[in-house]
Amino acid sequence: MIPALATILMFQLAGEVIARALELPLPGPVLGMIGLVVAFLMAPRLAEVVRPTAQGLLAHLSLLFVPAGVGVVAHFGVLSEQGPAIAVALVGSTILAIAVGALVFAYVARLVGSRDDG
Amino acid sequence: MADAALIWSYLSREPLLWLTATLLAYWAGDAAFRASGRKPYVNPVLVAVIVLAAVLWLTGTDYPAYFEGAQFVHFMLGPATVALAVPLHANLSRVRRAALPILAALLAGSVTAVLSALGIAWAMGADAGVLASLAPKSATAPVAIGISEGLGGAPTLTAVLVLLTGIIGAVVVTPLLNALGVRDWRARGFAVGVAAHGIGTARAFQVNETAGAFAGIGMGLNAVLTALIAPLVLRLFV
Repeated sequence: MIPALATILMFQLAGEVIARALELPLPGPVLGMIGLVVAFLMAPRLAEVVRPTAQGLLAHLSLLFVPAGVGVVAHFGVLSEQGPAIAVALVGSTILAIAVGALVFAYVARLVGSRDDG
Repeated sequence: MADAALIWSYLSREPLLWLTATLLAYWAGDAAFRASGRKPYVNPVLVAVIVLAAVLWLTGTDYPAYFEGAQFVHFMLGPATVALAVPLHANLSRVRRAALPILAALLAGSVTAVLSALGIAWAMGADAGVLASLAPKSATAPVAIGISEGLGGAPTLTAVLVLLTGIIGAVVVTPLLNALGVRDWRARGFAVGVAAHGIGTARAFQVNETAGAFAGIGMGLNAVLTALIAPLVLRLFV
């Protein structure tokens, strides 16, 4: 667990440093994630080391949203004033994005004859 | 017997109380979710947030005091984002086999999510702070919060919008795609992963294993793409 956690934190740290040093628009952890995928490709054994801890973290991913979510208490004013705009934007854009994404995927898959074998 | 006010003044200064309360509230939310038969609208995070918001209001605790304790949970969002590398790497061969549909659907779904959300909110008179907080709402929470901070939005507002987006996506995806006649499980899963991140992905896994795997891929790729396009699209509106 410690080697896995140290690896994850090292990639996050490297991501944060690179994002800030190069003033990239990507958040540090996203750079860390990309870096870790590349590292897995170069050293497949590293994936075996990190996997159990990563899966443990991801199994409780939704718990990690709670503290930021409670921040809603600081936004009741904004939410009551601009609530209708926010609500319509969330529902409308989510429906549109799912519909467009699924239709484009299915259309292009048929076009290029892509099938999933497992 | 010590004075209760003294004990309270200790507890309200230390992180222990609100860290414990966060875990208890999530535990209660998860129990409610299971008891409902895993209905997407009984979201454990939503339940936990409502319970904690009520407790903060009843005890007259402000958000910064709560966050003193909850920050230990919040911190783990960064490492969890890095950990997404594991499912992404595990599914890389399936990604390669469906590379073109994935690329096309990722671009179309991601741009649609940001552009339509900002377009609708802007047309209905939302202000610049709300637009910046809204732009990354389809990305997974840790990434969306990071993007929102960078754009001058309110990260805590973004967290709530991300959560609501996930719940909306999980509730609408099955009836919506049945009505549109999309039968490819990869397409159905991928689209909900792009539009509704982890909550949509959890929903996809309940319906179909392949849909779940592709939802996870969609979530991971959209985390990267939203970080790149949200700032560009936002510039059209503010």
